[in-house]
Amino acid sequence: MEWDSGNAAWMLTSASLVLLMTPGLALFYGGMSRAKSVLNMMMMSFGAMGVVGVVYVLWGWSMSYAPDASVGGIFANPFAQFGLSGAIFDETGEFIEGLGAYPQVIDIAFQVTFAIITVALISGALAERVKFSAWLVFTAIWVTLSYFPMAHMVWGGGLLSGAEGSIAAGIFGTTDGEANTAPIDFAGGTVVHINAGIAALVLALIIGKRKGFGTVPMRPHNLTLTMLGAGLLWFGWFGFNAGSAFAADGVAGWAWVNTTTATAAAMLGWLVVEKLRDGHATSLGAASGIVAGLVAVTPAAGSINPVGAIFLGAISGVCCAFAVSLKYKFGFDDSLDVVGVHLVGGLVGTVLIGFLAVDGSVFFSEGAFGFGGFDQLIIQVVIAVVALIFSGVITWVIAAFIKAVMGWRVSDDVESAGIDLAEHGESAYEGITAGRLIKEGN
Amino acid sequence: MKLVTGIIQPHRLDDVKAALEAAGIRGMTVSEASGYGRQRGHTEVYRGAEYTVDLVPKVRIEVLVDSETASTVTDVIVQAAQTGKIGDGKVWVVPVEDVARVRTGEHGAGAL
Repeated sequence: MEWDSGNAAWMLTSASLVLLMTPGLALFYGGMSRAKSVLNMMMMSFGAMGVVGVVYVLWGWSMSYAPDASVGGIFANPFAQFGLSGAIFDETGEFIEGLGAYPQVIDIAFQVTFAIITVALISGALAERVKFSAWLVFTAIWVTLSYFPMAHMVWGGGLLSGAEGSIAAGIFGTTDGEANTAPIDFAGGTVVHINAGIAALVLALIIGKRKGFGTVPMRPHNLTLTMLGAGLLWFGWFGFNAGSAFAADGVAGWAWVNTTTATAAAMLGWLVVEKLRDGHATSLGAASGIVAGLVAVTPAAGSINPVGAIFLGAISGVCCAFAVSLKYKFGFDDSLDVVGVHLVGGLVGTVLIGFLAVDGSVFFSEGAFGFGGFDQLIIQVVIAVVALIFSGVITWVIAAFIKAVMGWRVSDDVESAGIDLAEHGESAYEGITAGRLIKEGN
Repeated sequence: MKLVTGIIQPHRLDDVKAALEAAGIRGMTVSEASGYGRQRGHTEVYRGAEYTVDLVPKVRIEVLVDSETASTVTDVIVQAAQTGKIGDGKVWVVPVEDVARVRTGEHGAGAL
């Protein structure tokens, strides 16, 4: 087998870029938390890297992509390729081919990084109050019961794909085994952002608010970290979106351009809202607008034109800028606005594809501005709603289970004093101390 | 002996230090401080949520001098720290009973 080394090189690079997003997210979230809890905030991202990095190899890939092992179109048999057996080499000992004429093991590398960042995204809703052990247990269960099935449903030929037996095939019929109108989720609007966003909302409701939420100031302690994190997220997102072309080709370049265009427009959209509403265009607003744009363009990166990306980005920036204040109206503590940015941004991007996709959408069904192709819009709304319900219910059950079995929250005293010292035995920044070394090493 | 304490805007520190050196004052102690005066603090907005920040950052400078020099020091600090805007700070003088130099153990004016 002659492998396409250009594709292979790009996809290994993409996998590495996506992996970099999670430490970037740790900086983004860490800067927004308070100084006394920043290490715990970062450790939740790193903890997700640890747990998911192991679980994915054991049964994650199998549940998402094992061939001919689908259970009702919802997930694949976790034991079909347990431990990646039969997923790397074929019977003759040759590498199995992946999506882009390179060994499939590169696809595995790419996909594990998506699972890691998706779980880590959720942690922003849980800042400064959750036991680290409860978070790690949640990570293992949630990625198994919510992420892997969602990846199978959308990308693995399951219910939310365009394959035979999918919801889209049921609504619109099939031609040659493919739905006549297939849902579009290029790089994870449903699997990553709606999935993580609704999970964040459910967890924030079940776990409850931080002590003093709404009265005690909970300002970001270091916006330079947040800006650095947002920059790393943008950089890593090129692997996320352009890598989802599974080739070093024109589609990858197209996704790259749309990703940057939408993100730039979203940042401007968020800043305009802030300037008009609050009087200042803030650095936190720029960082937040960047993430909102990246989120919204994720499902759309390979199906809209660059002018469409400007619309999509600007709309998502404006919507998310308004959405983040909803938590105060409804009184739930989504601490770092995972719902306002990822759920709302994910929904905006997923649904706007129905208007902006260059082939078959409302505006582009019969040439430019044809106004008539509502099928794409319908199926985009359907997959968004199914993703919301599926992930919402699963997350609710897992969260209630953990609450009953081990409890989510640290004690009130620990929460007040800051979670870093109690949970990790460390503090991020040194003040005046009178400590001394009592033991060298162990 | 007197202790002159000034609470000033952080960005005036370099000018105050230079002015005191020019006036022949040889030592000072500087620490970060925060607080508020009549103007109270200011508001900051993060993602649309508004926070009142009552305690604003200031710099506290302390200069230990003999009684005759204290008013000069006070005037130099006021002059160098002044911007004319609200929040410029305060300077006050208190009497000091005794002072000791740690290195030599000597007391009183000789230790200044």
